[in-house]
Amino acid sequence: MKALQRKLLRELMRLKGQMLAVAAVVACGISVFVSMSSVKYSLEASRQRYYNRFRFADVFVQVKRAPEFYREAVSRIPGVASVTTRITADVTLDVPGLDEPASARLVSIPDYRMPVLNDLFLKKGRYIEPGKPEEVIASKPFLEANHLAPGDRISAVINGRKRNLLIVGMGLSPEYIYEVQPGSFFPDKRRFGVFWMGRRSLESALDMSGAFNDLSLTLAHGASEKDVIMRLDNLFKRYGSLGAYGRSEHLSDRFIVDEIKQVGIQITFLPVVFLAVAVFLLNIVLRRIVATQRDQIAVLKAIGYSNEDVGLHYLGFALIPTAFGAVVGTLLGAWLGRGLMNIYAEFYNFAELVYFFRFEDVALSVLLSFAAAIFGALGAVRSAVQLPPAEAMRPDSPVLYKPGIFDRESLRKKIPVSLRIIVRNLERRPWKAALSVLMISLSVAILIAGRYTYDSLDRMVQVEFNEKHREDVTLIFNNPMPPSVRFTIASLDGVVEHEYYREEPVKMSFGHRVRRQSIKGMESAEGLQRLVDQSNRQISLPSEGVLLTSTLATLLGVKPGDTLQVDFLQGRQRHRELLVSGTIDEILGLSAYMNLGSLNRLAGDGGALNAAYLRLDQTKAAKLYTTFKGMPGVSGIMMLKAMKQSFDELIAQSMNTSTLILTTFACVLAFAVVYNGARISLSERARELTSLRVLGMTKGEISFILLGEQALLTMAAIPVGFLIGIALSALLAHALSSELYRLPLVFSAFNFLFAFVVIVLVSLVSAFLVRRRLTSLDLVEVLKTRE
Amino acid sequence: MPHLLYFQIILHSLPDNPLDRGQHREVLRITDLSKVYMMGEVRVDALKHISLEFHAGELAVLLGASGSGKSTLLNIIGGLDLPSSGKLFFHGREITAATEAELTAYRRCSIGFVFQFYNLISSLSALENVQLVTEIADNPMNAEEALRLVGLGDRLNHFPAQLSGGEQQRVAIARAVAKRPELLLCDEPTGALDFQTGKLVLDVLEKVNRELGTTTLVITHNASIAGMADRVVRLRSGELSEDRRNLTRLSPSELVW
Repeated sequence: MKALQRKLLRELMRLKGQMLAVAAVVACGISVFVSMSSVKYSLEASRQRYYNRFRFADVFVQVKRAPEFYREAVSRIPGVASVTTRITADVTLDVPGLDEPASARLVSIPDYRMPVLNDLFLKKGRYIEPGKPEEVIASKPFLEANHLAPGDRISAVINGRKRNLLIVGMGLSPEYIYEVQPGSFFPDKRRFGVFWMGRRSLESALDMSGAFNDLSLTLAHGASEKDVIMRLDNLFKRYGSLGAYGRSEHLSDRFIVDEIKQVGIQITFLPVVFLAVAVFLLNIVLRRIVATQRDQIAVLKAIGYSNEDVGLHYLGFALIPTAFGAVVGTLLGAWLGRGLMNIYAEFYNFAELVYFFRFEDVALSVLLSFAAAIFGALGAVRSAVQLPPAEAMRPDSPVLYKPGIFDRESLRKKIPVSLRIIVRNLERRPWKAALSVLMISLSVAILIAGRYTYDSLDRMVQVEFNEKHREDVTLIFNNPMPPSVRFTIASLDGVVEHEYYREEPVKMSFGHRVRRQSIKGMESAEGLQRLVDQSNRQISLPSEGVLLTSTLATLLGVKPGDTLQVDFLQGRQRHRELLVSGTIDEILGLSAYMNLGSLNRLAGDGGALNAAYLRLDQTKAAKLYTTFKGMPGVSGIMMLKAMKQSFDELIAQSMNTSTLILTTFACVLAFAVVYNGARISLSERARELTSLRVLGMTKGEISFILLGEQALLTMAAIPVGFLIGIALSALLAHALSSELYRLPLVFSAFNFLFAFVVIVLVSLVSAFLVRRRLTSLDLVEVLKTRE
Repeated sequence: MPHLLYFQIILHSLPDNPLDRGQHREVLRITDLSKVYMMGEVRVDALKHISLEFHAGELAVLLGASGSGKSTLLNIIGGLDLPSSGKLFFHGREITAATEAELTAYRRCSIGFVFQFYNLISSLSALENVQLVTEIADNPMNAEEALRLVGLGDRLNHFPAQLSGGEQQRVAIARAVAKRPELLLCDEPTGALDFQTGKLVLDVLEKVNRELGTTTLVITHNASIAGMADRVVRLRSGELSEDRRNLTRLSPSELVW
């Protein structure tokens, strides 16, 4: 090894604390970038592969019942490549080992195995055999959550009749990568599953022979999805179609696409912050190294090293810790990426979720961090190169101090000398002080933004599970029920409160904007279900007109007072005008709420009910569950408590993981900035501080001067960091929000307290480390060394 | 780096062996050299119209009080600084007209520097400080050999902080001579040392000059050192005030101050 390289390595070792801090920041940035990029790519690739391999359809339409020969008609639509018709139905299940009722979606499959759209991936067991109507294939998450396997039996109420089903296989489908019960947002693997059943047996069970109620198709290359959807809507209008839709409106696909988009947002925002801080750190650290090595630079030049040699030598101080950080960050990123993919595997049911760790991502991130390192080091390296050797032999000229604002005669007497030194140091280089404040505040901001998602989810749980919903059970009817259904429900022993709603699919239009949407007709907004917005405020239900989720109003371009055109998609398919009477800033989904009475009048029928909210007497709940399991006319049962539990288990846990990672990284960032700042101040002022010691100041007094400056910067950074953190969270909330959900912008006092405590602790630790060096300064040695 | 190559070819075409160089061959010629600094609004004439030449194998002492301009002259001779006017020739080649790369090559191949404060790299051992030079020079000595020459054969792996001032200065001399420079420039080499140690260092310089035939320029404010030189040049306020030859060179051990 060359002597100059040895010099570099030894001096890096001497500055190992500072260099490790720089390397850690780079490692954090790279690991986020590498892990998130590989996760994004893996999700995208797995999705695409799954869709291609199992022929996920492009366009979907659900109807009430349409004759099978329409399949031919659809396949003749220009642009349609292939068509599959199916029969689907929602049913209730009695799962062995589960007291509460569960629900399933039955989907028909060909009696003989053949390639179809939205095909099955048979993970375990076998395909159904023709002529055995009780055989089904069940979805993997449901089976695994309930510890069931092929060979087990399960009973279901199909079309009012109890059927004993034999599970013969475990399957997955590209249609249910995100498997949730219709009407729900969060997966509840124990209480909802998808069952694939032979077409013939489902036809006979549902009296659907020669008919279908679900059609999906793939488009030919270059075909217009919009045109095909229009033709489908015309074709199936009289068969109770709720409107055809493309992949972008397919719930499962939308969740995955949103997820991929969110990962993409994190790729851009986090690494940028880390690299910016790395640039800053390298800049201040290198400037200091060059300043303290002026005489060495002169010697190197005097003995014949060229400017390039000297420049590269000092660039090495930036590149080596960066390279080290890059290696650690890549390894950490690979590991984190795999961990994240395991979390995704809990949510998303891919046939195979392949983790691609891509060289391109590593190369790009390493390239970016080296560019950042060079950018950060550039100023210092340039000054080393440009330093004329003869001038470098002379010590740096003393810095010019000027009287500052605290030097007015009246103030001077009141401020002790040590404080005056602190203030003058800050005043002398205001930009450096401002930049230090900004960097510390960035770590505060990341702490705030990291915990913000936590607060936001907390609010989501609070609003959705505590405020908005107070029922125990929701019964979803398989067909609209007449108002008299309430007498049947009321007669059940143990039902304490019951409330009903109507869900009416419509097409809403305003100007040229059109959306398929269902209107929910509520009996009241003060009973079991209430209307609560993001800020946890209760909103009252207007007696006339419709109340829209703000996002929906924005999508339609309407404001309160506007009149919507409404086309009912079922029943008498009336066309009506509807007044927008208000908007509500909701967290989940897109909704339109109306008073049940006015919805009934608008629909022009005698009134219909689609579901009931029930509050149960808990002592009689078990018996009621058994009743629900066998109840004809009920296609789905949702349990609020179970939903909350599954939310906590799945989403909150994964959110906690990412919050933990973010918090750790923010701590690393804070430590790197604060510690480096203190170390550089120490190096700049060791001589001066030791001189003060020689003049009789105590260790405590000189520590106060040095650490006081850092404390002042940190204290200034905390409120700035709070503000940046709030802005960053707002940005995140905006970027991460979709039609599916909006993250409410809420901050708990604990969030700020947590950030404050973390920063103070990090500062104390770095102060402790620096103070140890400060108190071990050799009084005689320091005075001997030339500055 | 074509400049560097070009310059090295010129240097190589010169006779290498000191014994081949005629005692009186001119190594360095300075003509009408001036240096002006601007310190704020004050004009400082550091050097005024200096003309001098040095010959191969000569040991010259440059005497002068602090501020007489002797360090400035040494820096210009060593290619660390540029004059305001006048010319400097090294073996007939004009150094004052050299490019940055040529200056680097000049320092790398022809000049050895010894500084008052040794200027060793504190993170490198004695041996490594010398290797810093032997790794980039063209026809260097073995680094250990250079250290043995200055009497530090047993201190190779000591770091500067583990060496006394005199030892550090001897490492610096070893570093300067290891490249076999044609010109050894020493700026107050004993300035930071006590009497005994200083004499030890001068001994080494004398030995290098005698054994290797290196043209040596020693700057000092200490007139007693002049006794060991072939030639004594005195500067006063940037002007040449004396240029004489000693009839006999004293050995450093005979010096008294």
